[in-house]
Amino acid sequence: MTDIIETKEITYHYPVEEGEEIKLALSGVSLSISAGSFVVILGHNGSGKSTLAKHFNAVLLPTGGQVLVDGLDTADPELILEVRRRVGMVFQNPDNQIVANVVEEDVAFGPENLGVPSPEIRQRVDAALRAVGMEEFALHAPHMLSGGQKQRIAIAGIIAMEPRCIVLDESTAMLDPMGRQEVLDTVSRLNREKGITIILITHHMNEAAYAQRVVVMNKGKVAMDGAPKEILTQVERLRELGLTVPPTVELLYELRKAGWDVPLDALSAGECAEVISRCLAGGGRKTE
Amino acid sequence: MLKDITLGQYFPGNTVAHRLDPRTKIILVVLYIVALFVAEWFVTYAIMAAALVACVSVSKVPPKSLVRGLKPVLFIIAFTALLNLFYTPGQVIWSWWVLKITVEGIETAFFMVLRISMLIMGTFLLTYTTSPITLTDGLESLLGPLKKIRVPVHELSMMMSIALRFIPTLIEETDKIMSAQKARGADFETGNIFQRAKAMIPLLVPLFISAFRRADELAVAMECRCYHGGEGRTKLKVLRYAGIDVTALILGAAVLAGVAVLAHYGL
Repeated sequence: MTDIIETKEITYHYPVEEGEEIKLALSGVSLSISAGSFVVILGHNGSGKSTLAKHFNAVLLPTGGQVLVDGLDTADPELILEVRRRVGMVFQNPDNQIVANVVEEDVAFGPENLGVPSPEIRQRVDAALRAVGMEEFALHAPHMLSGGQKQRIAIAGIIAMEPRCIVLDESTAMLDPMGRQEVLDTVSRLNREKGITIILITHHMNEAAYAQRVVVMNKGKVAMDGAPKEILTQVERLRELGLTVPPTVELLYELRKAGWDVPLDALSAGECAEVISRCLAGGGRKTE
Repeated sequence: MLKDITLGQYFPGNTVAHRLDPRTKIILVVLYIVALFVAEWFVTYAIMAAALVACVSVSKVPPKSLVRGLKPVLFIIAFTALLNLFYTPGQVIWSWWVLKITVEGIETAFFMVLRISMLIMGTFLLTYTTSPITLTDGLESLLGPLKKIRVPVHELSMMMSIALRFIPTLIEETDKIMSAQKARGADFETGNIFQRAKAMIPLLVPLFISAFRRADELAVAMECRCYHGGEGRTKLKVLRYAGIDVTALILGAAVLAGVAVLAHYGL
């Protein structure tokens, strides 16, 4: 598989006043994200995960190193539109990224900027709204919708630009559990059906279960990188990094500590229940 | 209390008045205003009133809401009427101290009231039958030629539509801050006008800060969606003049011409 995004030893520090000490928000991050994958980037506040995300479509430019999007250098101002049409970004606050006061007009904003001919914009808008399941709201006013619906509109606005990758920068943080579920279901369907690369930045551990790959950031560096089952079962390591493990893993971890023979990698509630019932059926045997 | 703000209230519908191109409607309103100022005497005013009534009945906008639109400007109308009534020189029919009423004064005041009310109702009809976004599109397109003399037409219309988009969001936010400050014992309802104005400070400061933060985030989000000004931009909905627009414009021009001719003869 080819890489859609590649960062090479990037470092970044926010602008500092003269005489102030430079504090690196990113210090030497090298990541390759393969096209069509679903990657979750985890980390506690200040770990650099959002700063990293902002490098993926040239909102921030690295102070050292290089970011390549589909082979294009994000530091080249000539390529900025090309980079941004390939990698779309959905932000945290749904209200602050909706531009128009009619849903379909907002979804059309991206293609309009790209100079797509009008009949094609129409098609793209309809297709994008269908892809996020919001076609019946095409003529609604965005401020009347729920948080989850607004985020889906924001996602539709990105899809209409036909990107190869969507970055969700803590887009689920402000939503209620239902809205969060809506957004996660939408992006994982887009990933499966349209092959769009999804990069989800979050601090909710259970969202990591959706991914094929989990990257944990700490102090501006990649601390862990692997499949969700590998990462989420390293309970002690995650706690060291200031992260809580998913409740299912937590339960299994405690059971194991109490001497029950259960595996740690049952991430979903269903899997977890099955593992426990199997263990109980086997006589609840303890391993001493 | 803030929910009552209706800015450019729009009555959705599918009448001829709604279907007209926004540019046609803006031009018609301009023609209408010019005709109102050209109008001279009963005959011409009657024609203008008939034109207004015809437009209102076509648009199916409840006439009551048009009259309601006059409320905020009632004071200005009354003030203009009084000034005209007392200060128009001519044949005095009643006088007391420095005040005198003349026949000409009564006439001018009467026509002035008619003129202002009809002017306001006509422009309100435009905003009642045109959604804000189409209206901005229409304005941008009509003012397009001004781009040649470096008037930032696209930027202005973008600002206008973003402002319209954020009005409900900011009202919601104001409500939230108000509740939060009330919960801490703020008092917005009692006291004289100065005390009440002072009580607004803890409301306005957080509102402004958050508005700036929103603006910042929105700007980044817009850039991420490849916004780079009006250059090379296309539109989801392209404005197109249809046969009905031509008819409407001819009718409008005919009314203006008719009124101008009749007014010339002092009718």
